[in-house]
Amino acid sequence: METILELEDYKVYYKTLSGYVRAVDGVSFTVKKGEIVGLIGESGCGKSTLIMSLIIRKPPMIVMGGKARLKSIDLINISEVERRKILLTKMSIIPQYALDALPAIKRIKAFLGDIAKDKGVPEEEVIEKFIERARIIGLPSEVINMYPIELSGGMRQRVVITLATIFSPDLLIADEPTSALDVTTQRHVLELLAELRDTGIIGSLIFVTHDIASVRQIADKIIVMYAGKVVEIGETEDIVTDPKHPYTRKLIEAVPKLGINYKKKRLSGLPGSPPSLLTPPPGCRFHPRCPLAMTICKTREPPLKPLNESRLVACWLYDQSKGEHS
Amino acid sequence: MRGKDTIVLRDLTKIFSLGLLGRKKIIAVDRVNLEIRSGEILNILGESGSGKSTIAKMILRLLRPTKGEILFNNTNIWSMTKWKEIKEYYRRVQGVFQDPYSSFNPRRRVLDILYDTLYNYFPEYREDKVSAKKYIAEALESVGLNISDIEGKYSHQLSGGQLQRASIARALLPKPSFIVADEPVSMVDASTRIDILNIFIDLKEEYGVSPIIIGHDYSLAYYASDRIVVLYKGQIVEEGPPEVLEDPAHPYTRLLKESVPLIDRKWSKKLEYRVGDIEVSRRGKGCIFADRCPFKKPICEQKEPPVINLGKSKVKCWLYASK
Ligand SMILES: Nc1ncnc2c1ncn2[C@@H]1O[C@H](COP(=O)(O)OP(=O)(O)OP(=O)(O)O)[C@@H](O)[C@H]1O
Ligand SMILES: Nc1ncnc2c1ncn2[C@@H]1O[C@H](COP(=O)(O)OP(=O)(O)OP(=O)(O)O)[C@@H](O)[C@H]1O
Ligand code: SF4
Ligand code: SF4
Ligand SMILES: [Mg+2]
Ligand SMILES: [Mg+2]
Repeated sequence: METILELEDYKVYYKTLSGYVRAVDGVSFTVKKGEIVGLIGESGCGKSTLIMSLIIRKPPMIVMGGKARLKSIDLINISEVERRKILLTKMSIIPQYALDALPAIKRIKAFLGDIAKDKGVPEEEVIEKFIERARIIGLPSEVINMYPIELSGGMRQRVVITLATIFSPDLLIADEPTSALDVTTQRHVLELLAELRDTGIIGSLIFVTHDIASVRQIADKIIVMYAGKVVEIGETEDIVTDPKHPYTRKLIEAVPKLGINYKKKRLSGLPGSPPSLLTPPPGCRFHPRCPLAMTICKTREPPLKPLNESRLVACWLYDQSKGEHS
Repeated sequence: MRGKDTIVLRDLTKIFSLGLLGRKKIIAVDRVNLEIRSGEILNILGESGSGKSTIAKMILRLLRPTKGEILFNNTNIWSMTKWKEIKEYYRRVQGVFQDPYSSFNPRRRVLDILYDTLYNYFPEYREDKVSAKKYIAEALESVGLNISDIEGKYSHQLSGGQLQRASIARALLPKPSFIVADEPVSMVDASTRIDILNIFIDLKEEYGVSPIIIGHDYSLAYYASDRIVVLYKGQIVEEGPPEVLEDPAHPYTRLLKESVPLIDRKWSKKLEYRVGDIEVSRRGKGCIFADRCPFKKPICEQKEPPVINLGKSKVKCWLYASK
């Protein structure tokens, strides 16, 4: 299958007065054509940094190294003009909090005008495309003349999704697209995102969230991040039913299943707090919170290695070569 | 006495008026009847705008009901006239809110704020700093914090989870009977939500404090409750033990159940419910859920459904009415 996005040892830091915040620190993964990939991890682990760095990098954000390619396009050394050209057409990003970011007093039509200007296409064409897409997405065409403030959260999110998919991008990245929505609307939005992929309106989708239960509903593959690193990658079913990394296990354990009441069974969350990315712990970044930590974990960082043909894990528990060399 | 207090909501109603002339009315809470006993965890489950926070604010006596009343040990909390009596109510019914950062003054150290609270309710501790420190340390311990975790720190120097624990500790200082927690875990990480809820469970089991937990998460409500109330557009539509969430009777609760993403189950069939986002704020005379309900009968739009007692639970829906 064709590779759409490829990251290799990708590093994005923030330069601060107290030093570098290593928010994305050597991340590697690929997204194939037609895939829905769920990117999950605790708050502050670097998900949004990773995503936003693909489109805008402004200080204090700095790409420190590695590779990032969208098909044949080098996203790191791309010119500003080129970058603007591929946005919306090849890659679209729905930022976290996009719902609130829509200026409340601007008609949806005005956004379409902006897009038309930016892309150098006639406004009528963009409007026509929007209406056509809105129909598929289940939005009445009147929304064009409405202000975001008049729309419910669910409708606003669908407007954002419609705007982002007007030009049928190869890759859509949605950062927490459902977190601010009610459950009953959440399900509609998630199913809609999956449908956009199924009907080929978008090529692939990266769905960023901290909610593993909603990722499970639509993703083909899950990437688990912890403190700026990828700790596990696998097919959704496998990750959910048989997580390998101790962090993934805890993450899944901490999500209550329906039918568990405290009187029947006491659940427990993840002890401790996520580490500071300014001075992350040496060795495995999860070791201070890991119930299975060994001596080696405190000093040496476990590499992300294949466990079998469809699973990658960064944990010394699964590395046969541990302790062999220095 | 802690352990015997009761709060009774009787036809509790809150109507907000909007617009210049106050012509537009929002019925935020609509004739809610509920008896809250000590010794149980009550969980109020509802989506955005269902009236959860409005109920919380009314129970906390921060907002006056438009109609109906709140009885604390048989006394209407708005008929209390003596400040001493009112202060005693505030002491026994404490609140914990969604955003811990907004409930701590950012310019004061968290620990100092805890001391302020303690001295406010028990001024005698001012004279006995050693006992005061011990008292606060114990409260912090019961929420899984050490004094050293927060000593010298301002709120922004603590994580959301830590600060939420501190705000629960603060609510405990006056030795309340009830703690009204309005979405206490919505802003903390999924992986630590359970631990915060476990604190409320421990408070009930070990300290005799009765938590009233308000939230929108279906599985979390199931986990941390002895009794569940499902709220839709200001009305209680279903009420019962947590098990009602496994096999809900009310069509709205069923919609919630089908919408919630569960880690151990993948959605299969398509939802047969309408999306409720084109708000029909106008209320007909019938059932408030009629515009979205796939089981609607002609009577549903004409007459308000009665509350039907199903034995273990109660449900407000025509489907269960015997003719
Ligand atoms: N402008 C900035 N300057 C310094 N540090 C930053 C900046 N923006 C983010 N960070 C830090 O980078 C880390 C990663 O943040 P990021 O927003 O990418 O996390 P996230 O995984 O998206 O979290 P969430 O789930 O809360 O959205 C965090 O530790 C954060 O504090
Ligand atoms: N001060 C106010 N003035 C006018 N309307 C209000 C006011 N406070 C709440 N409302 C309205 O009352 C209804 C119930 O609001 P409330 O905040 O109680 O809901 P909620 O269940 O807590 O929702 P959320 O999950 O969003 O916190 C909403 O329609 C809201 O817009
Ligand atoms: S490498 Fe060690 S500390 Fe890290 S997750 Fe594996 S066992 Fe735990
Ligand atoms: S009363 Fe009628 S419309 Fe209302 S929930 Fe029951 S069946 Fe549906
Ligand atoms: Mg983020
Ligand atoms: Mg609220």
